[in-house]
Amino acid sequence: MSAKNPRNQYLRTERMPNIWCPGCGLGTAVNCFISAIEDCETPLDQISVVSGIGCTGRVAGYLKLDSFHTTHGRPIPFATGLKLSNPKLKVVVFSGDGDLFAIGGNHFIHAARRNMDLTIICVNNFTYGMTGGQVTPTTPIDAFSSTTPYGNIEEPFNLPFLADCSGAVYVARWTVFHVRQAARAMREAMHKNGFSFIEIISPCPTLYGRRNKIGDGLKMMQAFKDNSVIADETDTRNVALDFRGKIICGKFVDREKTSFLDMYNIKMAERFGPFYEPYEGIK
Amino acid sequence: MAEAKKSKRPRGTVVISVELCKGCGFCIAFCPSAVLEFSEMFNSKGYHPPHAVNPDACIGCDLCGMYCPDFAIFGARVTREVA
Repeated sequence: MSAKNPRNQYLRTERMPNIWCPGCGLGTAVNCFISAIEDCETPLDQISVVSGIGCTGRVAGYLKLDSFHTTHGRPIPFATGLKLSNPKLKVVVFSGDGDLFAIGGNHFIHAARRNMDLTIICVNNFTYGMTGGQVTPTTPIDAFSSTTPYGNIEEPFNLPFLADCSGAVYVARWTVFHVRQAARAMREAMHKNGFSFIEIISPCPTLYGRRNKIGDGLKMMQAFKDNSVIADETDTRNVALDFRGKIICGKFVDREKTSFLDMYNIKMAERFGPFYEPYEGIK
Repeated sequence: MAEAKKSKRPRGTVVISVELCKGCGFCIAFCPSAVLEFSEMFNSKGYHPPHAVNPDACIGCDLCGMYCPDFAIFGARVTREVA
């Protein structure tokens, strides 16, 4: 019983137990990320995690890496600055659907357009968990939330399609039930040179599951298990989520594109020729 | 123990931090060899943590550790020198 959990070396154990509700999938998503960085040959001091506000924003505080908890919706601008000042870092943005797509939606599409070399892990629980279960841009039609007491009437975002058409080089979706696949996707995304996006579908038993009569965290996990279909290389136009419909999981996009910093160096070298010294971070 | 059994099935052990557990039941539901069950005892927060009812079946796959959102459980392979 005295043996220590091998994950503790990546966690700030003095902050445990975490604040997440019983049955929340966020800790499972963190386990997947820990598994990804364990197998990654990058030294830990060259990985940094940035997160925004919300339940998922707590991840930066729980991981024993160089991490930053930014203001609401702004993890991607902060991560962009971090990456540009020190291009050797692997910068991972770990945040929620509300933070990345409602408050920080513009930052997301422009970082994807520039092909900034970031890894975005979006934990999608279909609601604003920390503030009381309001409707988000990813809440499916007909789902109940505290601000849609007669069911949601707004069309939700199809996040993989948004990332794909904004220019991301790697797009995948997994649920927290698919722990091994999600860990593999995070590992692949961190090795990818360019903007990579992973959507992790997670249960929110306290606010989403309870209001929509899905049940506790375990019931939601069972629902993910029963309703998910693994279909790699699916066209992202066809992977939108319905209320209680099928969840299409898999790696949808994996392509090569010149990243922002490579493009900068190529274009400046074209312009200034031998006088240009390629930018490799602030000296 | 390692000499007595000749089967090639890997052997494992599961370690539970009772005080960190919030009783979500993920480890119990998704254990591939049905090792775990809710125990009757309470931890200090009032949750029922799991306990190993069938510890010999554990293969040390650490799937419980991957699923646990509270970092309260992990499985490990038992190597010959430990056994």
